[in-house]
Amino acid sequence: MNRFAELLDRLVLTPSRNGKLTLLCDYFRQAGDPDRGLALAAITGDLSIAAVKPAMLRALVMERMDPVLFGYSYDYVGDLAETISLVWPEPAEAPRTDAVPTLGDVVARLHAASRSDGPRVIADLLDRLDVSARFAVIKLVTGGLRIGVSARLAKQALADFGKVDVAEIEELWHGLEPPYAALFAWLEGRAPKPEKGARALFRPVMLSNPVGDGDLDRLEPADYAAEWKWDGIRVQVSAEAGLRRLYSRSGDDISGAFPDLVEAMDFDGVIDGELLVGRPPEWTGTFSDLQQRLNRKTVAPKMRAKYPVFVRCYDLLQSSGRDLRPLGFAERRSELERFVAALDPERFDLSPLVPFDDWGHLDRLRKGPPHPVVEGVMIKERRSPYLAGRPKGPWFKWKRDPYTVDAVLMYAQRGHGKRSSYYSDYTFGVWAGPEETPELVPVGKAYFGFTDEELRRIDKYVRDNTIERFGPVRSVRADRQSGLVLEVAFEGLNRSQRHRSGVAMRFPRIARLRWDKPPSEADRIETLQALLD
Amino acid sequence: MRASDLLHPRPEGLYCPAGDFFIDPVRPVARALITHGHSDHARPGHGNVLATRETLDIMALRLGPGFAGTIQAAALGEPMTIGDVAVTFHPAGHVLGSAQIAVEHGGVRIVASGDYKRQADATCAAFEPVRCDVFITEATFGLPVFRHPEAGDEIAGLLRSVERFPERAHVVGAYALGKAQRVIRLIRDAGYDRPIYLHGALEKISAYYRSTGIDLGQLEPATVDRSARGDFAGAIVVGPPSAFADRWARRFPDPISCFASGWMRIRQRARQGGVELPLIISDHSDWNELTATIRETGAGEVWVTHGREEALVRWCQLQGIAARPLHLVGYEDEGD
Repeated sequence: MNRFAELLDRLVLTPSRNGKLTLLCDYFRQAGDPDRGLALAAITGDLSIAAVKPAMLRALVMERMDPVLFGYSYDYVGDLAETISLVWPEPAEAPRTDAVPTLGDVVARLHAASRSDGPRVIADLLDRLDVSARFAVIKLVTGGLRIGVSARLAKQALADFGKVDVAEIEELWHGLEPPYAALFAWLEGRAPKPEKGARALFRPVMLSNPVGDGDLDRLEPADYAAEWKWDGIRVQVSAEAGLRRLYSRSGDDISGAFPDLVEAMDFDGVIDGELLVGRPPEWTGTFSDLQQRLNRKTVAPKMRAKYPVFVRCYDLLQSSGRDLRPLGFAERRSELERFVAALDPERFDLSPLVPFDDWGHLDRLRKGPPHPVVEGVMIKERRSPYLAGRPKGPWFKWKRDPYTVDAVLMYAQRGHGKRSSYYSDYTFGVWAGPEETPELVPVGKAYFGFTDEELRRIDKYVRDNTIERFGPVRSVRADRQSGLVLEVAFEGLNRSQRHRSGVAMRFPRIARLRWDKPPSEADRIETLQALLD
Repeated sequence: MRASDLLHPRPEGLYCPAGDFFIDPVRPVARALITHGHSDHARPGHGNVLATRETLDIMALRLGPGFAGTIQAAALGEPMTIGDVAVTFHPAGHVLGSAQIAVEHGGVRIVASGDYKRQADATCAAFEPVRCDVFITEATFGLPVFRHPEAGDEIAGLLRSVERFPERAHVVGAYALGKAQRVIRLIRDAGYDRPIYLHGALEKISAYYRSTGIDLGQLEPATVDRSARGDFAGAIVVGPPSAFADRWARRFPDPISCFASGWMRIRQRARQGGVELPLIISDHSDWNELTATIRETGAGEVWVTHGREEALVRWCQLQGIAARPLHLVGYEDEGD
């Protein structure tokens, strides 16, 4: 348990992806079965433990200490799980090292506990553990570790650990169960690769590369097909022998949030497509609309009616048990057209092909798409099989140019890891209010898009023009006469109630530093508001 | 006589009328008794300063040789008389030279603890509990959430991380007086014998610690030019916490920022400070040390100062010990 607790402690505070991978790999190497598998399940959200209400934990601690002192403590710390882990009375005798329960013991005891037994079991566990381990247990039973590690990153760590491609892990994943002993045995070279026994598994998706300068000059337009690039989320729709699964592009099972779509999955096959809100073919909703349906565990009927979802299909990976991935795109496309024709047209439609004569023609189409929810074109080689990962060559994305706005730097925050001595996260604003006495309102935050040299210059600028400091954040001089203008590029705007400006940018990044531009000439909020409609 | 007649707060600091002196005054006074060398307790400009030899040396190093009109060294455990008052310095276990000051007059004994800790520390004399009527305690970590782990275990965690990330430098933030030397000494006690690199701000005090016979092993300045960046891979570098945010930290390869402080017990504190590896190592008593010490002194009354007074006052009340916050101004309750 102590090793798992230490892992969580370090993961929470480690900003760099590589650092997290190293910590996870080390843990997989050092912790035995079943602990490492249970830890993995806890991180990926696949560990099911009957949840405990915070009120119950609070009651347990109140039986053990003065409520006033607890109140002072909780006020100071601010997080219930952490407060309880810190104030829980140490037992009179320190538990012997060999008496410290393992993660396996903890999970087993929690599983076995009945509802009425739960509080006693938890109290007994907390009595045997140190601060970090108590925190880990409380996080396990209250659900949600929130340690900044995605399921995808955990799978990457497994791949690094076993020196295999992460696609192999993703493909197996949904057929495996905690504590994943067979998986670890394979990764350690002690056993063959686990069989894909389960149905409706996730197939690692094929990704594209952006079109770079000169990339297309070498390619023959006739060898490629083009489609619109729709602004939704990539999904894999998998139905096999009665089992229906909707996966995100990283292999997370998101079926639970889309019962309306799952109902319509009465087929046997695996479709690759774009999840969108709307009612095809007339209505395709924006990404803002789609966001209403994302990251939910359940969905109310009203929401389903207002924001119905459908899948715009662009590839077929499997049909009636037959794996189509080795076929060329053109052949798969014909299969797809036949396949989709038989599906519920309110929930599945076909991503249309875009005929073009040459790259210049396609470029013009990309810049003037026929629908606001199109964000560019996809270019796919007609002969290419469906390959996992991001192979260079067969698939390209060619986005329309990003939006840009000239904004003024308002706040700068210190970065993490390598950038911890640089002010590298920038909050910027545009002018709002009356023309004569405008005020800056923050519209976004960006922390990439500049070179190391530019970072050094902005960092110096921030340090030289600080007007206030709040911990790691500095407020920078920004008025009509003096301030740094940033040309910010972004992919789109969403309405936001959380931001004072009422807008939230998608993928904002610094496109250019406008040292030359007076801040009074930066854009006004109306420029952005016009983009919303 | 009443305890509050023997010692009471004035704007300059804690004042003893019968001896006409102040303890750790925050403004210049004629006669000051100083518990230890941290800058909020040891200030320049007093007429006369009475403190331990080490504290006087440290003040001279930090404030310059003319930091007071006259100075006088107090030997630990040896009673002195100032005016009508018996004064004795006792070790406080906080940093090198730190002392509690016992003040006795008219049958009343008050002990002003200054800052203190009870965990073992090879770089200073251990705290001695002194029986008294009134105990003036600090309360920097005066909340039940603060229970410091064994410092040795924290150092073991640091060394595990050094082994795990051999390509990165571990930059340990530690205050210049006391904490830095204790951390270095703990690293040595854990068997690490490679050179430890030191920020310039720590050099003077560290050299002084060594001159008193405290072995800190091989120390090297962390001031090599940029071309030698690779040399710091796998190294341990110790610097003042303020240096983290500074351009100074850029010379190290992909540094892991560590911070040795009792505040690191709270995750959010570590996160806000951008600390990747918190080391919960403190110069101050944790909750258990504070409450155990209050019991050991046998004091019937406790005055609580700089820190989270209300929780410790509450605890005393629950134990049937009279307690009140002593509102002294001018002390940092954050430094650790």
